[in-house]
Amino acid sequence: MTIQQSYAATATVAGYNFAFLDEQTKRMIRRAILKAVAIPGYQVPFGSREMPLPYGWGTGGMQVTAAVIGKNDVLKVIDQGADDTTNAVSIRRFFTRMTGVATTEKTREATLIQTRHRVPEMPLTENQILVYQVPIPEPLRWLEPRESETRKMHALSEYGVMHVKLYEDISRHGHISTAYDYPVMVNGRYLMRCSPIPKFDTPKLHMNAALQLFGAGREKRIYAVPPYTEVKPLDFEDHPFQIERWPETCALCNAEDSFLDEVILDDRGGRMFVCSDTDYCSERQAAGHRGRMAAPYKEEAAQ
Amino acid sequence: MYVAVKGGEAAIENAHKLLAEDRRGDPDVPELTVAQIREQLSLAVDRVMTEGSVYDPDLAALALKQARGDQVEAIFLLRAYRTTLPRFAVSKPIDTARMQVSRRISSCFKDMPGGQLLGPTFDYTHRLLDFSLLAKGEAPQAEGNGGSVADALPQVVDLLNAEGLIEQEKPDPDDAPVGDLTREPLLLPAGRDVRLQNLTRADEGYLLALGYSTQRGYARSHPFVGEIRSGEVSVEIDVPELGFSVDIGDITVTECQMVNQFRGSKTEPPKFTRGYGLSFGYAERKAMAMALVDRALRAEELGEDVTAPAQDQEFVLYHADNVEASGFVQHLKLPHHVDFQSELTLVRTMRAEIAAEREEALREAAQ
Amino acid sequence: MIDMPLLSVEGLSKSFGRQVACRDISFELWPGEVLGIVGESGSGKSTLLNCIAGRIAVDGGKILYRTAAGDIVDLATALESRKRHLMRTEWGFVQQHARDGLRMNFSAGANIGERLMALGRKHYGSLRDTALEWMAAVEMPGERIDDLPRSFSGGMQQRLQIARNLVTRPRIVLMDEPTGGLDVSVQARLLDLIRRLVQDYNVAAIVVTHDLGVARLLAHRLMVMRHGEVVETGLTDQLLDDPQHAYTQLLVSSVLSV
Repeated sequence: MTIQQSYAATATVAGYNFAFLDEQTKRMIRRAILKAVAIPGYQVPFGSREMPLPYGWGTGGMQVTAAVIGKNDVLKVIDQGADDTTNAVSIRRFFTRMTGVATTEKTREATLIQTRHRVPEMPLTENQILVYQVPIPEPLRWLEPRESETRKMHALSEYGVMHVKLYEDISRHGHISTAYDYPVMVNGRYLMRCSPIPKFDTPKLHMNAALQLFGAGREKRIYAVPPYTEVKPLDFEDHPFQIERWPETCALCNAEDSFLDEVILDDRGGRMFVCSDTDYCSERQAAGHRGRMAAPYKEEAAQ
Repeated sequence: MYVAVKGGEAAIENAHKLLAEDRRGDPDVPELTVAQIREQLSLAVDRVMTEGSVYDPDLAALALKQARGDQVEAIFLLRAYRTTLPRFAVSKPIDTARMQVSRRISSCFKDMPGGQLLGPTFDYTHRLLDFSLLAKGEAPQAEGNGGSVADALPQVVDLLNAEGLIEQEKPDPDDAPVGDLTREPLLLPAGRDVRLQNLTRADEGYLLALGYSTQRGYARSHPFVGEIRSGEVSVEIDVPELGFSVDIGDITVTECQMVNQFRGSKTEPPKFTRGYGLSFGYAERKAMAMALVDRALRAEELGEDVTAPAQDQEFVLYHADNVEASGFVQHLKLPHHVDFQSELTLVRTMRAEIAAEREEALREAAQ
Repeated sequence: MIDMPLLSVEGLSKSFGRQVACRDISFELWPGEVLGIVGESGSGKSTLLNCIAGRIAVDGGKILYRTAAGDIVDLATALESRKRHLMRTEWGFVQQHARDGLRMNFSAGANIGERLMALGRKHYGSLRDTALEWMAAVEMPGERIDDLPRSFSGGMQQRLQIARNLVTRPRIVLMDEPTGGLDVSVQARLLDLIRRLVQDYNVAAIVVTHDLGVARLLAHRLMVMRHGEVVETGLTDQLLDDPQHAYTQLLVSSVLSV
């Protein structure tokens, strides 16, 4: 069987190629990915296609996923750390319809993870690929709106203006005031945006065992951080990079080391904090960890 | 006790059902057919084809029906469909000089060879709501030579060309590569081929506003309509195996050539400059706006200072695509609570520090 | 090598269409020397400055600069990366309008620190201290370090521009009408400052001005330009007190008091 035939056998929606894109387009995207991996942190322009989801809703990540996904992959899709937020559901359904590939909510079972705005709490392995959805790939964009100029700045390593912005934050607020999508230096050469993950997740990019790919569909750029690559957040020696801390632990699983979502309970200011990574939280609960608000644990019905 | 809200799948299913119901509307009212849209809302179809970059009135009509009449949504549907279409050939350039013209006007001359052919236009209607259309009455048929077609009408700009009055458009050699924004990303500075492609796919309202701005002084170019012509042209592809080209069909296009501000210098006698617009069907307003913006974007090439938004290539070309714009604007509806949480944490920390400093200062003052 | 010029311009030419802005200009600049280029508007002096700075491509000629490392670079043909690097380190450019030479949305401290941050300085506290030192050197009140340039007077904006440029101890500073648009008393104080700084830090400078008073105060040597050509050069006092060329005589005599 040719690759086309075997893909056709797996595809579940008539009339569409495996993973929606035609093979030429996938090849074009893979070439861009290879170039991106060869030059860590460098934004590679690519011929982004219109996808059935709108630009700004993850088409870049989807095109990267579509280009690398194979029949034997196990796909996980998350948004804000959860598998069941509406956009994650929508994207996962798309790939189910277009590939028939197995999906999972468990990070440890996935080979391919597409994410919006979070990195899974569980450390990833060399067998995994993490695909980030990126709205604005250019770290210098707010300081220099012209693409023609920012490309030159990257080519010439003219990154002084980024530090100027951080200096200004400290002089005005006493802190670097970037809370998410933090600028990082990749492999000691390229300034890169991590996508709008919270500061909390930025250290996870450094020396990660997994391949990290970044897709920006609307802006038509792909970039990558190969496994075990140095990724350093920008900071000052006397104002080092710091992650967020919460006054409480997760109300469901008692985790102290995960990113917590704030949930408003009533109109008198009652609130609680729960893990944003739903899989991480449920694994911890299954292992017996309890937070102050957790119900007595019941076996969940098999999905 | 807190129960995590799950059920995103179910919520989406329900949303789709509600959408289908709203799309259908009152079931007692007869359902709209794709053919009705194609025939009776043809200008909507023309816009969707032009910005969707697919010439297929039936598909465009289907997209409009599925999109409940929302043209930007319909354009998106067509573009997404286009992604799946294989490309098997590149056609030869269409020859608008050989157009079967159903409408052709010029504001530069009172009359010219071939005459002013009004064709089907809103231009001289009075914009009074016609309540006879509410009833099922038929619109009256055009009398006289309504719907006449002329061919081989000379281009007005050629008349100006003959006297050397207007700058020549020098076509690239036939084998020169043509930029293709549906295949490659936009890189600046962009050549005219890429700019024109970007503009023809661009949101009509956006171009209209930019074109209007040039008329109001944001980089005036003194435009005149050299010619607007609408009609059918044939699409031909070269077939190497046959050794000759084959006509694969006819499409209707509207072409606008603007005649603009003349330029000259001490050695060069002054000539008029040009702007160009092209759309599918009878999307005339689009073709005109496009021609104004095309001319504005040529500012640098023509030695003019770039002072206005319509002349700024990066600004104009990057924000012209309504599929991109709509997607990104509407993506703000997606959950952003994680990033918002980060901001909340930061702001609370900063406020806490200020409050602590104030307390400290008060305590010291009290001592 | 003290006996080699810092900058050697040879046969520099620039035209815009048929309009000749600079015709075959040649001169040398020595370390610590201030060269004034004077002329009326339209004489080509600003174009010449921008050509030397590498902002405009020349049509012909050489711009030979001797770097701190000792090698000679022809800025007319050098790679853009090299030029950009030099302009941020060994060269400075003080613009006539502060908004063209400052980041108006960033504080005084950020403006002064930028070149240092671009060179890799990463200690906020010491960057701030350095900024304060330079603010003192240009006679700006230190408590305004966090203020935005738009809240400063014209004279203070120019001082900030100067500090921003001097922070990397450039060897050449180009100045385009540095006191243009400022009122007379402010001008005088600023000129005094510039003269002192140029001396204290041994900076060579090329100052373009239409104002002979400015030229007299700042420059060791002058070049008079008219219609794109240099009509006369010489030591400032000699040239202004005893102009030889008819045009220079006209210029000098048309000024009420120099």
